[in-house]
Amino acid sequence: MERKINELYGRDALLSAVPSEGKLNVGYKTARKGLSEALVREISEVKGEPEWMLEKRLESFAIFKAKPMPAWGPDLSRLDLDALTAFVRPKGKEAEPTSWKEVPPDIRKTFDALGVPEAERKFLSGASAQYDSEVLYKSLRKNISELGVIFTDMDSAVKEYPELVKRYFMTRCVPAKDNKFSALHGAFWSGGSFVYVPQGVKVPSPLQIYFMMNYPGFGQMEHTLIVAEQGASVQYIEGCSAPHYTRDSLHSAVVEIFAGRGSRVRYTSIQNWSRNVYNLNTKRAIVSEDAIMEWVGGTLGSGVTMLYPCSMLVGRGARAEHLTISLAGKGQVKDTGAKVLHMAPNTSSRVISKSICRGGGVVRYRGLLHVGKGCTGVRANVRCDSIIADRISVAETVPTIDVRSDDAVVGHEAAVGRISDDQLFYLMSRGIDENEAVSLIVRGFIEPIVKELPLEYAVEMNRLVEMEMEGSVG
Amino acid sequence: MALLSLKNLQISAGEKEIIRGISLDVGEGEVHVIMGQNGSGKSTLLSTLAGNPKYAVKGTALFEGKDLLSLKPHERARQGLFLAFQSPIEVPGVTLASMLRRAYAARFGDEMPASEFDKILSAKAEALGIARPFFSRGINDGMSGGERKMSEMLQLSVLEPRLALLDEPDSGLDVDALGKVGAAIGKIRRNGMSMVIVTHYARVLRSIKADKVHVMHLGKIVASGDEKLAHKIEEKGYLWVLQ
Repeated sequence: MERKINELYGRDALLSAVPSEGKLNVGYKTARKGLSEALVREISEVKGEPEWMLEKRLESFAIFKAKPMPAWGPDLSRLDLDALTAFVRPKGKEAEPTSWKEVPPDIRKTFDALGVPEAERKFLSGASAQYDSEVLYKSLRKNISELGVIFTDMDSAVKEYPELVKRYFMTRCVPAKDNKFSALHGAFWSGGSFVYVPQGVKVPSPLQIYFMMNYPGFGQMEHTLIVAEQGASVQYIEGCSAPHYTRDSLHSAVVEIFAGRGSRVRYTSIQNWSRNVYNLNTKRAIVSEDAIMEWVGGTLGSGVTMLYPCSMLVGRGARAEHLTISLAGKGQVKDTGAKVLHMAPNTSSRVISKSICRGGGVVRYRGLLHVGKGCTGVRANVRCDSIIADRISVAETVPTIDVRSDDAVVGHEAAVGRISDDQLFYLMSRGIDENEAVSLIVRGFIEPIVKELPLEYAVEMNRLVEMEMEGSVG
Repeated sequence: MALLSLKNLQISAGEKEIIRGISLDVGEGEVHVIMGQNGSGKSTLLSTLAGNPKYAVKGTALFEGKDLLSLKPHERARQGLFLAFQSPIEVPGVTLASMLRRAYAARFGDEMPASEFDKILSAKAEALGIARPFFSRGINDGMSGGERKMSEMLQLSVLEPRLALLDEPDSGLDVDALGKVGAAIGKIRRNGMSMVIVTHYARVLRSIKADKVHVMHLGKIVASGDEKLAHKIEEKGYLWVLQ
C-alpha cells in the first residue's frame, strides 16, 4: 500500500509538504478517508480498551464535530483534518517504517551537527525498527517502583489502573470540551505516559522519555498524565532537541498534571518536529495548596505551534513558574505563551518567555494572567523578551491581564529588540566573526532558560541555536 | 616600517565630520598617548581603527604595511589589533571565559577545551589580581566601572595583540580602581606591546612610559611631543596648546 502511494505522489511531494508551500497532507492514506465514529470504535477495539474509555472517546468525538476551529491565532486553514485518518489509525507493529531517503536533507544535516548516533537518527526519523514500549518503561522505572511510583505507558495504564485513570483522565484538568483539538485528542489519543507519585515520595532522578515515539502514529496524539500526591516531588522530561521527522502533519498532545498539596512537579519538554507539522497542544496543571509547578520548555521545530501551558493555582500559597524558549525560522509560526490563573489567596507566579525569530519567522507571545476576585496577596510577574535577527521576521506580544483583586502585585515587562550593533561590534573587535557573535548573543539571551535544562539538552539546545542562527546576518 | 601608519585619515558619522585629516606613525613597541578635550575625536579615531562600521572613512590606514580599512573588525583583531572600550558593552548570559576562549582560538588558531583554556585564563587573571568568579559572570553584566575596565585589561592580556588601543582606561574610576588599572597596563606593557592610549590625564604616565604624546583638537592633531607635553597640559590646560 505504502509503496503504491509513494509511487503516486513521489518522494518530492513528501518533501515539499511544508506549510509555506501550500500542500500539507501528502502522506500515505488508508482506504477510508475522513474521521468517523467507526474509526473511533475501531481504534478502541484494536487497543482492547474497556467500555468506559470507548465512551469517553465517542463523547469527545461528538464534541470535536460540533466545535468550530479556533477563531483566533495562527492561520490553520491549510490543516486538512480529513487527511488525518492515516495516522490516527492504529497501524501497530506491522507498520512500514519511513524510508531513510525520505528524510529531508536539512534534518539529516542537523543530525550530523548534533552527532546523533545512527540508530537514534533512524528512530527519530521514523525509519527505525519499533521500540517495545513495555521494555522501555520497565528499564526506566527500575528503581522507583518500590517507592510505589507508577510509571507506564498510557495505554497500559487504562487497563492496569482504571480507577486512577478514570478519576484524572480528561476530567477536571483538560476536559474534551476545552477546545477543538483537545476534543480531537480525546477521540483519537494514543500512547503517552502515566506517572503516579504517592504521598510524600520524592522521585530521586528525572523521569525521562527521550524518544517517546515507538511506532509510526504513536506519538502524534500522546497523552501524558502526571499525578503527584501530597508532599510528593517529581521531574518529568519529554521530547528531544534533535529534529524529529514525521510524514504526518498534526501533533496534538494533551498533558494533564495534578500537583497535590505541598508537592513539587517540574515538567520539561523540548520539541523539534519537522517543519511540515502543525503542533497544537493543550497542557495544563492543577496546583493545590503550597504546591509548586514548574514548566520548562523549548519549541524549536514544527511549522505552526500553538502552545500555552496553563497553571491553575487553586490552593492557597500555590506557585507556578513558566520558562520557555521559542525559535522561529523561515516558514515557522510560534504562537506560544503561558496561562496562569490565580484562583486562591497568596498564590504566586513567574513567567519568563524568550523568543527569537529570523528568516521571516513569526514569534508571538500570547499569555493570560488572571487573578480572581477575593484572591488577596497574589504576586505575579511576566517577562517576555524577543530578539528579531533580521528585517523580515516578526515578533509580537499579546498579553492579557485580568486582575480582579485589589492588592495583587502584578508585573509585566516585554522587550522586543534587534541584535544590538554595539554588542556585535564589541564581540567582533575580539576576533569573533559576525555569525559566531550573533549566536553568542542569542545564546546569552536564552541562557536563563537553558540553565534550567538537563545538561545534555542544554548542550544540544545551544548547538541548535548556533546552527539556526548561521547565515542570519550579512 | 611603522606598525601603524595613518595618512590624512578623515572620519565622519553621517553628515558630521569628526576627524579632519590625521597622519600618525606608531612604531613597533612604541607607546603613544593622545590627549584632548571632549569631542575632539579621540574615541572616534580608536573605534574606527578597530573597524566600527558606523563611521565612514577616507584616507589610508596601514597595519604592518597592509590596508586596514578594508578589513572587518574581527579580521583586524586576528591581525593583532585590540580595542579596550571606554564603556565596555554588556553581553548578558555570555560568560567572559566562553567568549575569550573563542576569541583566543580566532586570534591564535588554537582551539582548546574549556578546561585547558581555563588554565591560561587563570594565570593571566592572577597576574592582574582578578578573582576567578569574574570569568563565569556575564560579560560586563551588572559590573561596576572598575570591574569593566579590569575585564578589558584581562582580555587584552589574554589576547596579546601587536597593538593595543586603550580608550580612556582611566575614566570614571575611584582612586583604588585607578591604581589597579594603571598597574595592569604597566604589567601588560612589559612584553613590549605597542599601545595608543587616549586619556585626559597625565597620571597614566606613572605606570607606563610614553614615547610620544599628541594633543587633538577638533579632529586634528595640533601638537606632538614627549611626556613633558602631557605634564604641561595637566598643569596649564588645553587652551595653552591652542594659543
